[in-house]
Amino acid sequence: MAFERKRNAGINIRSREEKLFDICLNLVGIVIFLVVAYPIFYVLIASISRPLYVESGDVMFLAIKPSLASYREAFRTPYLLTSLGNSLFYTIVGVMVNMLFTTLTAYALSKPRLVGRKFLTLFTVFTMWFSAGIIPLYMTFRDLHLINTRIAIVLGFAMNTYNMIIMKSFFEQVPTTLEEAAFIDGASDWNIFARIYLPLSRSALATVSLFYAVNRWNSYFWAMNLLTDDSKIPMQVLLKKLLVDRTKNEMESAILTAESLSSQTTVIYALIIIAIIPMAICYPFVQKCFRSGLTIGASKE
Amino acid sequence: MKRIAGCWPLYLFLLPGFVWYMMFCYRPMFGLRMAFYDYNIFRGFSGSRFVGLENFRIYMSSPDFVRTLRNTLLIALWQMAFCFPIPIVLAIMITEMKSRTISKMVQTVTFLPHFISTVVVCGMVVNFLSPSTGIINFFLRKIGHEPIYFMVYPQYFRPTYTMMTLWQTAGFNAVVYIAALMGIDPHLYEAAIVDGAGRWCRIVHVTIPGILPTVVTMFIMNIGKMVKVGYESILLLYEPSTYPTADVISTYSFRLGIQNGDYGVATAAGLFEGVIALILVVAANKLSKQLADNAIW
Repeated sequence: MAFERKRNAGINIRSREEKLFDICLNLVGIVIFLVVAYPIFYVLIASISRPLYVESGDVMFLAIKPSLASYREAFRTPYLLTSLGNSLFYTIVGVMVNMLFTTLTAYALSKPRLVGRKFLTLFTVFTMWFSAGIIPLYMTFRDLHLINTRIAIVLGFAMNTYNMIIMKSFFEQVPTTLEEAAFIDGASDWNIFARIYLPLSRSALATVSLFYAVNRWNSYFWAMNLLTDDSKIPMQVLLKKLLVDRTKNEMESAILTAESLSSQTTVIYALIIIAIIPMAICYPFVQKCFRSGLTIGASKE
Repeated sequence: MKRIAGCWPLYLFLLPGFVWYMMFCYRPMFGLRMAFYDYNIFRGFSGSRFVGLENFRIYMSSPDFVRTLRNTLLIALWQMAFCFPIPIVLAIMITEMKSRTISKMVQTVTFLPHFISTVVVCGMVVNFLSPSTGIINFFLRKIGHEPIYFMVYPQYFRPTYTMMTLWQTAGFNAVVYIAALMGIDPHLYEAAIVDGAGRWCRIVHVTIPGILPTVVTMFIMNIGKMVKVGYESILLLYEPSTYPTADVISTYSFRLGIQNGDYGVATAAGLFEGVIALILVVAANKLSKQLADNAIW
């Protein structure tokens, strides 16, 4: 780049043209930033403004008469804290199960000495190409008597083939000499796995756990279909009822009084912020991990 | 034999995963038999009548077939037209920016929506588009326009859905291209500068050819995933009045099966989609093998 700059300094006309290019690019960048950030920004300012001003459309770029009243009301939503606890449970226990299944499978499939490796890999990868679809999977849960159980959520989604393949390509990068040396010393496969592979792929484990955790935390579809008790549902399912179903019904019937409507709107925005906060806190860490994980996935496939 | 004996502990490692695949991936595939039965949920397969291809005939001769197939393809096309090329442009812009602060800001903010759940994103869309209290309609009012019932009229569904997906995925999808752009040999740029190429010229003649293989691979992968449009978000956004443009095969199958209890036809529709998806994936893989000698798997 230093080379480029020196070159540019020599040629005056080109340099002016390039400067214009850079200014335009920066301007476009700022516009993109503002447009993409605005929805989240608006939710934030609307959630802390007085309902009256939000409903009248006066709140657009600035919060008016900020208060936390909407948050107080949002936290009074029945089952909000229960569902938050459930989400934590499904995410933490779920990711532990995910990692157990994923690392064990990925380790075995990463070994060229595994007889039938090709077939077994195809056995797993095929499920990415063809899946039975929603109804047969639902029926499977039903036949196994897993409807309305927490086990269904934790074990039913114990693995994701894509993540397993990523884990497998991480394991394949561990030098085989380590394994051979350990073998000569009489170490078992379990020892090699637990004492060599897992400690050596700590960053990979973090990345893949994050993939799983984000997925667990954000998913709603199967929890919505499988869990019927309000005391078992994760936050996303509750949010679906509050954010999507209620607003839609409102629009169709439109019989609610203006007052209750307006307070609801700001409460909904407060709920959205409450739902985004855990993710926002982890975001810097998530961003770093995801970026490295994604590029590994891209180069290995 | 000796080799198998030598690696038996590895099979123990595989056991939990194998059981899981059998239970939750292959067992449901076996359950696809439902598509050929007049399936009764209480009596199971033994108590249900085998009807051959009757369920497929019912699905394919109904007006829903044309509608769901057309919607699936059109939504996929909209995605291909907007959500595929824009991340490429975004990636080029992010790497071309001289100001590191702005480039970082753009990257961070476009990457963020990927981590916000579908439910929250759809909740935001539904509330923003509300005719009485939605911010979009406030803006429309400012410029003197009547409020629009975005979620009710079918013509707004595809643009809304595409915009939402773009917001959610553009930054995330750009990452792969940014990685590819970083991999372009800097000597090529230096040579271009020596030859007197301006910025625009360098983008067209160095940058774009440099990431073309990645673009082709991603394009083929996208073709493979084409019919798998995001039913999880469509389900949250559509309503009976927007079915004409929003109802895709998976949402139709879901509604028919889990909500109406018509399991046979619902499974037939799901199987139809699954087979198309399989054909597309295999074709895409073949294509990429031939084009770039770079199979995805």
